[in-house]
Amino acid sequence: MNATERILARASGRDSVSPGDVVFAGVDSAMLHDVSGPGVIKVLERLAAEGIETGRVWDASRIWVAEDHFVPSAEKASAENTARLSEFTARHGIRRHFKYGLGQHGICHTISHEEAMVMPGDVYVGGDSHTNTTGALGAFACGLGHTDMAYVILNGRIWFRVPEAIYLRIDGRLPPHAMAKDVILRIIGDIGTDGAAYRAMQFGGEAVAAMSVEDRLTLTNMTTEAGAKNGIIEADQKVGEYLAAHGAPQAAARCGTSEAIRRADESGFSEVLEYDASEIEPLVAKPFSPQNVSVVRDAPAVELDKAYLGSCTGAKMEDLESAARVLKGRTVKIRTEVVPAAISIYKRALARGLIQVFLDAGAVIGPPTCGACCGAHMGVLGKGEVCVSATNRNFPGRMGHVESQTYLASPMVVAASAVTGRLTDPRDLQ
Amino acid sequence: MRGVATKYERDNIDTDVIIPGTYLKVHDHAELARHAMEGIDPDFHSRMEGRSILVAGRNFGCGSSREHAPIALAGCGVRAVLAPSFARIFYRNCVDGAYLLPVEVGQEAYESISDGDELEVDMAARRVRNLTRGEEHEIAPVPEIISGIIEAGGLFRYRVPE
Repeated sequence: MNATERILARASGRDSVSPGDVVFAGVDSAMLHDVSGPGVIKVLERLAAEGIETGRVWDASRIWVAEDHFVPSAEKASAENTARLSEFTARHGIRRHFKYGLGQHGICHTISHEEAMVMPGDVYVGGDSHTNTTGALGAFACGLGHTDMAYVILNGRIWFRVPEAIYLRIDGRLPPHAMAKDVILRIIGDIGTDGAAYRAMQFGGEAVAAMSVEDRLTLTNMTTEAGAKNGIIEADQKVGEYLAAHGAPQAAARCGTSEAIRRADESGFSEVLEYDASEIEPLVAKPFSPQNVSVVRDAPAVELDKAYLGSCTGAKMEDLESAARVLKGRTVKIRTEVVPAAISIYKRALARGLIQVFLDAGAVIGPPTCGACCGAHMGVLGKGEVCVSATNRNFPGRMGHVESQTYLASPMVVAASAVTGRLTDPRDLQ
Repeated sequence: MRGVATKYERDNIDTDVIIPGTYLKVHDHAELARHAMEGIDPDFHSRMEGRSILVAGRNFGCGSSREHAPIALAGCGVRAVLAPSFARIFYRNCVDGAYLLPVEVGQEAYESISDGDELEVDMAARRVRNLTRGEEHEIAPVPEIISGIIEAGGLFRYRVPE
């Protein structure tokens, strides 16, 4: 069995499962945010009105909440949604509620690893499509809608069709000017936005074993853009050490060796795709699809209006470090927004002098939020504006006006492009 | 069910165009319906008048997990979406929330149906009948659990077999 099958078999009390089997899997960790939370509350209210028992949640200690999409609230509806969420978590005794302006808070997919909310081998579901991100910790991590999350909140389990799996074996060594973001853009460019539809994407090979945990999280994060049910990487001691450093020393016992990442039994996959990391170049995904991929050096010479370093995809600690290395001693030519993905990252960036680098370069720093990435608030694009962004989607209207344009790229390409005002390979900076 | 089709000849219609991100703060179903498909067609509402079926290209509903998407479409009278494939969370949301019927048809069925055709969707027989053209198309097989949930009227009404 591949990693996904192993977890779904364990969670459904079976010895083994095969693609196509439908299982009801027990859930180990469940996440709601300030969009899916109020959505779930609405579903529960409707069920209660139909006479279905909704008074008790299955296990308050396994449910956690992040305020991320609409904080800080730009208008009344958002403020009321967060208030309803607080009322809900207080009523049900859900203590792990990461609130804006109250200590640690940030984007849910970043909190999931920064606060070690998910352990290797877990079944983790969240009311957000990028829940796939956390599969880099060796978990089955999968996004669900409001009705499904309401079902999980009440019953602690949910149905899954065991997916076929694609194995992405990435060997070789990633060059210093390329990032994990370029690897996943290359893959999505090759297989398309439905290339992994209904399927799992498991990453392995030398290059993945050599990657930091944060880089692996970038790979799994954008499996969503390939249509995958989940993205997953076997947990090695690097994951154990990472989770221990983030408050979960018990995780190490669930982690294997990096050999499991280097090599998998490839007979357990419906398809194997091989990549040589040493051939990966800095890439962009042009409007209006993450699969519309081009080498930065071949990209059109468009005039940019904005550079955005933010989101669960591109504003983790190492993302900010990479961007700061490019921006140090340089000045940005276009509006540049840096939004660390969590307060803990913001604090480390401050302590290590990165915030100073960004401010000296002329950028503005914002509080952790999904706001601009999903075109909600805190820096949306106007009609005709063009943005280079470290985020994950560039569909029409994604980051603002339906006639705005977004080029998706790595944090280094975003930083280099901020300096020149056009799409720029970091190697080409003067 | 029977209804007249509105067709968009486009693959990968994503949730950002079905209901833009700025409306994610909205949880009132009628309000969401007012903004359905805003990112692709400002005339969606008038186009759906007297119609109940949407036909579109593959990977319909890709992108975010927002349940706002099927809610907004259902609020405009959409009772079924026919496409060669669906994004998985959108598909689950439609079925488990019982908002509308996602119907997987072949690429040739998608291509042969025209805007304005009257269709009959027969899930039990796994057939779509194009009453305007006198053609018949197969619906892709549906796992037992999904047809069970559809028949029950949503996940919360479905009895899990022991």
